[in-house]
Amino acid sequence: MENKIQLQVSNLKKQFGSETVLDGINLDIHKGEVVVVLGPSGCGKSTLLRCINGLETPTGGTVSVDGIEVTSSNKKITQIRQKIGMVFQSYDLFPHKNIMDNITLAPVKVQKRPRKEVEQDAERLLKRVGLWEKRKAFPRELSGGQKQRVAIVRALCMKPEVMLFDEVTAALDPEMVREVLEVMLELADRGMTMIIVTHEMQFARVVADRIIFLEGGKIQEESSPEEFFTNPKTQRAKDFLQTFTFEKRKTNNI
Amino acid sequence: MFNDIFSSGALIEAWQIIQTQFPLAIWETIYVTILATVFAILIGLPLGVLLVVGEKSGVLPIPAWFLQVLNVIINLLRSVPFLILMILVFPLTRLIVGTVVGTTASIVPLVIAAFPFVARLAESSLREVNPNIIEMAQSTGAAPLQIIIKVMIPESIPSLISNAAIAFTTILGYSAMSGIIGGGGLGKIAINYGYYRYKYLIMVLAVILLILIVQVFQSIGTHLSAKTDKRLKRK
Ligand SMILES: Nc1ncnc2c1ncn2[C@@H]1O[C@H](COP(=O)(O)OP(=O)(O)OP(=O)(O)O)[C@@H](O)[C@H]1O
Ligand SMILES: [Mg+2]
Repeated sequence: MENKIQLQVSNLKKQFGSETVLDGINLDIHKGEVVVVLGPSGCGKSTLLRCINGLETPTGGTVSVDGIEVTSSNKKITQIRQKIGMVFQSYDLFPHKNIMDNITLAPVKVQKRPRKEVEQDAERLLKRVGLWEKRKAFPRELSGGQKQRVAIVRALCMKPEVMLFDEVTAALDPEMVREVLEVMLELADRGMTMIIVTHEMQFARVVADRIIFLEGGKIQEESSPEEFFTNPKTQRAKDFLQTFTFEKRKTNNI
Repeated sequence: MFNDIFSSGALIEAWQIIQTQFPLAIWETIYVTILATVFAILIGLPLGVLLVVGEKSGVLPIPAWFLQVLNVIINLLRSVPFLILMILVFPLTRLIVGTVVGTTASIVPLVIAAFPFVARLAESSLREVNPNIIEMAQSTGAAPLQIIIKVMIPESIPSLISNAAIAFTTILGYSAMSGIIGGGGLGKIAINYGYYRYKYLIMVLAVILLILIVQVFQSIGTHLSAKTDKRLKRK
């Protein structure tokens, strides 16, 4: 991890009608840092990620990437979006394009890079995730886990500086979760700056440099994974972690 | 009135008419319908796209009043019965073609009647595109026009093709109707011989040919649509 601030969120606010979802979020993310955002359903994790790449317009505050503010100005937003790779829960591959075309479309058309160079990148990345053989397949011919790995490759092929992951394993069968998480772990090892929203607690603990616990529109707790999972400071975080443990309640008297 | 339909005299006469008139009529019907469909798509497809992307939440929002005007025009044109529309656009037809009768002249009212319909069909095709993949494209920094041309239209090709077949068959029906006032083709033959001269055999034959043309083009459309649909498993 280096010292350069890659992504800065200051006093970010987001309201939907009268509902305040984000209420003054401050967050500095350094180059090469992996931040995992945790919090109960509906606390605004997706909204935070969507504000970061401008899919939602914040009600207040600013987000800047590499010192450039994410605004609604058309030119800047397209510039910044190319620096941010985003992977969603639903993979969102283009169903009528094969895997290779899914990956190369944006780098070639949006970034205007030479197709040859992009295809070489795609080849390298697809081989890395073990899907080179599937390059001519269509999305429907892939399993959920394979689709999600392609979605990650597609985002990486844009050479982003920050990657955002929003519950990318939530729709997957348990045996496919691992293959996707492995890819993300490897990315973290290679020094990619990442913000990850996940409900996989074990994974969060291993991959994160820092855990952010979001609730009630605010960051309630911010600490190292060790500290967060063994010794959460706030009651809310304790309650949240509690929901992931089960106790045996079976009694012998029916 | 149908009792002498198969008398030998009627059969011989019918055979002569088939030989002399049908080849041209079939050609006219197909040519008018194809041309009118092409023009209707050229005007209707961009409008249909605009109806979807121009919305407030679309990828290329346009002023709400403009969208409203567009919708009203489309609805208005769609609610005028075709034969009346044909008469209403006589001045325009004369301006463009120089005359209001004949096969070519009927293309003008056909296009005017069909493009709003095509716009609605295109609109519904584009609305089928999963909004998540549009958002995905936006998140890569793609410009609105790139999203429309590289994502929205390619992703709705199968649906657009099957809707084009629907447009074609509907326009074919209109073109047959145009035979009543000046249009050419099989519709004109059916009306001239069947309605004015009580030669029902000719009329029935013309109708059978219309049905065949519909079948052929509909099958082509269905086939192409299925072939371009990469979401389906093909055997
Ligand atoms: N477009 C929208 N319009 C109105 N309300 C919205 C919109 N998007 C999100 N919300 C509301 O904002 C709140 C936060 O939603 P968000 O999707 O960010 O939660 P989340 O933390 O990602 O939840 P989950 O863990 O279930 O994915 C929810 O109450 C949701 O109803
Ligand atoms: Mg969410």
